[in-house]
Amino acid sequence: MKNWALWEVFIRSKNGLEHRHCGSLHASDATMALENARDVYTRRMEGVSIWVVPSAQITASNPENNGETFEPAMDKAYRHPTFYELPDELKHM
Amino acid sequence: MKNNLIQYIYGIADNSLILGQRLGELCGHGPSIETDIALTNISLDLLGQTRSYFQYVAKLQGNGANEDTVAFLRLEREYKNVLLVEQPNTDFGYSIARQFLFDVFHLALLEELQNSKDEMLAAIAKKSIKEVLYHTRFSSDWIKRLGDGTEESHKRIQAAINDLWIFTDELFHQTDADKAMVAEGIGVDVTLLKANYYKKVSSILEEATLQTPSIEYFQKGGKQGIHSEHMGFILTELQYMQRTYPNMTW
Repeated sequence: MKNWALWEVFIRSKNGLEHRHCGSLHASDATMALENARDVYTRRMEGVSIWVVPSAQITASNPENNGETFEPAMDKAYRHPTFYELPDELKHM
Repeated sequence: MKNNLIQYIYGIADNSLILGQRLGELCGHGPSIETDIALTNISLDLLGQTRSYFQYVAKLQGNGANEDTVAFLRLEREYKNVLLVEQPNTDFGYSIARQFLFDVFHLALLEELQNSKDEMLAAIAKKSIKEVLYHTRFSSDWIKRLGDGTEESHKRIQAAINDLWIFTDELFHQTDADKAMVAEGIGVDVTLLKANYYKKVSSILEEATLQTPSIEYFQKGGKQGIHSEHMGFILTELQYMQRTYPNMTW
């Protein structure tokens, strides 16, 4: 069990919502990962659907490159659609 | 009639109670956090089913009985679980083999119990069946994983299956209460479940590259209240609170 791979777990809490990352776990194969996810993350009725993805399959951005990756967006407020006047009737924007 | 019904319910519910207690011992001791939680979930499912059965028994008994008095204040010989479920958690292989050999039977029993003329038992069976379907999937998958895993895991799960095999035949023995309840259309005729049980178990063992034991000698007694040496220890722990602090509640 020391050699079990790490899996990322995504749960859809109800129909119509997107799957959201809720944590990770160890398992030797995809079936076991699903069963473990069911037992670890949905025992209090948290979900209606589960995805599991091998963590190794996720390509992540490198924190060392955060400067050039994220900072250029910081002073470009015009990219936010905040310059439009919204009618009062429009909610949830 | 009433006494037979109560004895019949003990024959079903005590299996869930004692197996639930056995699995509960693994809480915090599972081989990994994931399997630890999975086994504890199964334990809680079984204890939940036990509560439904015992609330019903308490109602039948009257006289101030409640689910706790039914669960905690009986003597060893008054528990009617099969010997299989009281066998210890020797290693993970034994816990899985015990679970598997019981789950396949449990599922078949509940499928039939859903059709009981006793509405309460039919309803409990209907509610429990989804849980037990999952238990069966969980334990069958693990049988295959361990059997078809490493040399070590194969050896250990085969040893566990071989050792526990002698307790399987008792699952299909009928007590007097069984016979009486079958005659009333309330109970399940377990003798009819036997052929399918061994067929299903063998096919999963085969898939797991394991041998189906060919043992002709079987143990029995639990259903009559004659238990193995393990039972006293289980009850000592199970009954401790109610025996030490009578009538205590949460």
